[in-house]
Amino acid sequence: MSNITSLQFFIPELILSGTSILLLCLAAIKGITPHPQPSPLVGEGKGEGAIASYIASAGLLAALVFGIMQWGTVNEALFMNMLTLDKPAEFFRVIFIVTALAIIVFSRRSRELISDIRGKSFPLLCKEGLGEVDLPHPTSPYKGEEFLTPKSNSFDDAYEYYSLILGLVVGMSLLAQARNLLMIYLSLEFVGLISYVLVGFAKDSVRSSEAGLKYMLFGAVASGVFLFGASIFYGLTGTLDIISSPGPTLGSIIAYVVAGLFMLGGFLFKIAAVPMHAWCPDAYEGAPTPITALLSVAPKAAGFAVLIRVFGAEGFSFGWPFLIAIVSTITMTFGNLAAIPQMNVKRLLAYSSIAHAGYLLMGIACATPKGNEAVYFYFIAYLLMNLGAFLVVQIMSNKTGSEDISAFVGIARCGPFGAAVAIAMTIFLLSLTGVPPFVGFIGKFYLFSAVIDAKLYWLAIVGIANSVVSLYYYMRIVKAMFFDAPQPEYSLSPEGIGTPSLLTILSLAVVIFGLAWSPIAYITKSLII
Amino acid sequence: MNIPFLTVMTFFPLVGAAIIPFLPRSKGGLIKWTALIATIPSLVLAFWLYFNFEQGFAGMQFVEGPFDWIAAFHIQYYLGMDGLAAPMAFLTQLIGTIAVIASWRIDKQIKGYFALLLLLQTGMTGVFVALDFFLFYIFWELMLLPMYFLIGIWGGPRREYAAIKFFLYTLLGSVMMLLVMIAMYFYSTGNTFNMLTLMDQTTHIGPLTSHTFRIVCWAALMICFAIKVPVFPFHTWLPDAHVEAPTAVSVILAGILLKMGTYGMIRFCFPMFPDITKELVLWIVVFGVINIIYGALCAMAQKDFKRLVAYSSISHMGFCLIGMASFTSIGMNGAVLQMFNHGTITAQLFLLVGVIYDRVHHRDIDGFGGLAKIMPRYAVFTAIAFFAALGLPGLSGFISEALCLIGAFKTWPWYTIVSAIGVVLTAAYFLWAYQRVFLGQVNEKYKGLAEINAREMVTLVPLVAIVFILGVYPKAMLGIMDATLTNINAIFKM
Repeated sequence: MSNITSLQFFIPELILSGTSILLLCLAAIKGITPHPQPSPLVGEGKGEGAIASYIASAGLLAALVFGIMQWGTVNEALFMNMLTLDKPAEFFRVIFIVTALAIIVFSRRSRELISDIRGKSFPLLCKEGLGEVDLPHPTSPYKGEEFLTPKSNSFDDAYEYYSLILGLVVGMSLLAQARNLLMIYLSLEFVGLISYVLVGFAKDSVRSSEAGLKYMLFGAVASGVFLFGASIFYGLTGTLDIISSPGPTLGSIIAYVVAGLFMLGGFLFKIAAVPMHAWCPDAYEGAPTPITALLSVAPKAAGFAVLIRVFGAEGFSFGWPFLIAIVSTITMTFGNLAAIPQMNVKRLLAYSSIAHAGYLLMGIACATPKGNEAVYFYFIAYLLMNLGAFLVVQIMSNKTGSEDISAFVGIARCGPFGAAVAIAMTIFLLSLTGVPPFVGFIGKFYLFSAVIDAKLYWLAIVGIANSVVSLYYYMRIVKAMFFDAPQPEYSLSPEGIGTPSLLTILSLAVVIFGLAWSPIAYITKSLII
Repeated sequence: MNIPFLTVMTFFPLVGAAIIPFLPRSKGGLIKWTALIATIPSLVLAFWLYFNFEQGFAGMQFVEGPFDWIAAFHIQYYLGMDGLAAPMAFLTQLIGTIAVIASWRIDKQIKGYFALLLLLQTGMTGVFVALDFFLFYIFWELMLLPMYFLIGIWGGPRREYAAIKFFLYTLLGSVMMLLVMIAMYFYSTGNTFNMLTLMDQTTHIGPLTSHTFRIVCWAALMICFAIKVPVFPFHTWLPDAHVEAPTAVSVILAGILLKMGTYGMIRFCFPMFPDITKELVLWIVVFGVINIIYGALCAMAQKDFKRLVAYSSISHMGFCLIGMASFTSIGMNGAVLQMFNHGTITAQLFLLVGVIYDRVHHRDIDGFGGLAKIMPRYAVFTAIAFFAALGLPGLSGFISEALCLIGAFKTWPWYTIVSAIGVVLTAAYFLWAYQRVFLGQVNEKYKGLAEINAREMVTLVPLVAIVFILGVYPKAMLGIMDATLTNINAIFKM
């Protein structure tokens, strides 16, 4: 399809790009006024930070509407075979947009993003990621709320921030649609670069900057690895289009395996699977919590989308499923074992997300439509439960200034909201473990079904053993929340209506879809036909 | 007749669990009464179902469904009970109500406690009435969460360790069951989770017809259920969980949860894999004998009253194993009757341990002495429970143990003779414990102990009544289960 006629299928991305550019222009206008007013982010929902978030939400919602309206488009090759718009791509685009919308709710209440307290007094960011845990809430000399309440509510780079988030969604959407190796590379870089900036967005926090730099260095290597594999592939087949590549007919099979291996390396970096996972714990811990939540879901989904597209293509019909099964085994085992001793909840969830990448890779290793369906299903489940868990982390770190498990001690007894948060967190964690009646269990059920259907019994056994191991570290958080009493007693109260509503929606969705998942089953089934 | 009795019985406690969080925290009495009232309809319904149960009919009764739940996976909402499930489902309602009354003195986070207790009851009842494998699995796991919290929040000093140990052990078992469940779904004609269909081996296809694959599936299911029973060597979670759990939770744990293991074996392993069961039945017998002897010896060595009762459970569940492995109608009846009787007797034992613990805050068997003079009524109740547990003729425990041994003797004479030693050992440790606690020199420290009170009697009397009734008229239960069990057993006659 020619470039002009392709545009009609590209409306969501165009809307997002337009909104992103609009936000950048507004940022520039603000920059040339002589005395920029600090823009309140938290609080009464006024000021430029709030305006920026509204503009971004409006853009995302519009894109979501157009994205859903296009639902059902089958295999349109857009922009001279650069992109393919098929059902999975549309599905992932919706996932990205929904995640971004949730992240906006996160960001509006994140104290880590407010420059006034960021770096100067917010204990989380002051400690500079050196592992020193000196301010676990109530015993600290700082008295929670009073100390942490920002004085001017300023978030002076809100426009840039939301602009970047929208840009990230465009990049991921392109990645999910790309069918040309160059296009894949460009979107990988696009997503990567924006992610690096977002991870380091708390500019005056050493911890955040360090995380951003680390992420970027690893990312540069991973891009190089991918590009190397892609160039070998091009040399062998003479085409950059993976869909129409002829398969391993020319040249030796070993060359194809090497090319596939290196390209796989690039994708594994995006989904944080072993051996390309090393950036993940540091980047997740250092990034502001909204960004951590975003990274743990959306780029991972994009990585899986491109993995399914590339390795599902004809040209890749050489022994990769077994390779991915091995990677999956190592990834989930490593992620789960490394999560056990973690004291920082964000870091613990980072390792848990590595483990989940391992579970998801089980679905890819099946190399069957059922396996892909399981991956799609799991992403919906993962989106709900992982965002929920990070939302609780943010609520707690806003309150206590700490992300340690010790900050979670006894919140079940900190008033009705405290109890609600504790119950919600328990639901998310049990769902991540894969215990019924939560949606995470259904996700695992789909994955194991696919694995057993593909007769990879050993992989299923590794998977269930890992589920049992994961219970142990998730329960450490539950134990802290419920079994121990808070010292001294304090009361947790909701801030605004955004985060409590999102928390309610997510936890209800986790329970309801755990009992009646027919709607999701219907959607995921339609993706593979 | 379209009243969904089983659904009401299963989910009514859940209604209570949903109401309790919204009651005011300060009104402890209101919360407790709400919890109690939430369990009553299920109990009444259990009685009603008992009297309306068609005896001599082997199949499922009071069937509801199958209704499509998740059409994409052929998952159905399908409930029913036969002679195997019915005694357990009735027992669950009885123990559920008793557990609420026994928890009256809980004063820490009352709302959470009673809500979880009711949720637990729904999960347990569901396990016994579910006829869809997937539904069964959901209920099976649903029960883990409340149990974990009940032990972990309201338990004794080492509660956190005991709670996570219980959770990890049981989850390990259940994920194994999950894999078998999925495998059976894919390798059955028409892909079904329907348990009744899966019992028909002609529907098994593909790898599920291969001998090795069937052995693996059988073993995985067996280990899952063995963890729950618990069968040696998977038993180590049980003493820890029991010792740390509050009284009512111990009662539920011993009264109902352990039975799910043996229930699962008879419900899944036996009818779905009769060929493998027949081939490997010797292992069930061997582990049954180990359970009986090992449990009894461990019980004898205990200094902690509650630990003693916990180990006695392990020993008693061994009789179920040898009974069901006998492949005789008598043995099978004995095994299921033993499940029921053990539920009532051990519940009494744990309640009695709770009574004394509430008063003196320790459970050291050697720390008492002469309690019979101080608390005569308590001594009588304990004596009844102890004698029922050690199998005194005239009390219910005797009938079921005798049936197990008679049945097993036909098939496994030598193993049965060895396990009969267990009966002697059981008498030894119970009588020895009784002697140390109730007879002998009165311990001056405990002169002023209060006698067992009315609330505690209310929890004990129904159980004592059942022990006496089933002791002289076992047909009251055997009549319900005989047809079904003979039917299950008939598979092995071929």
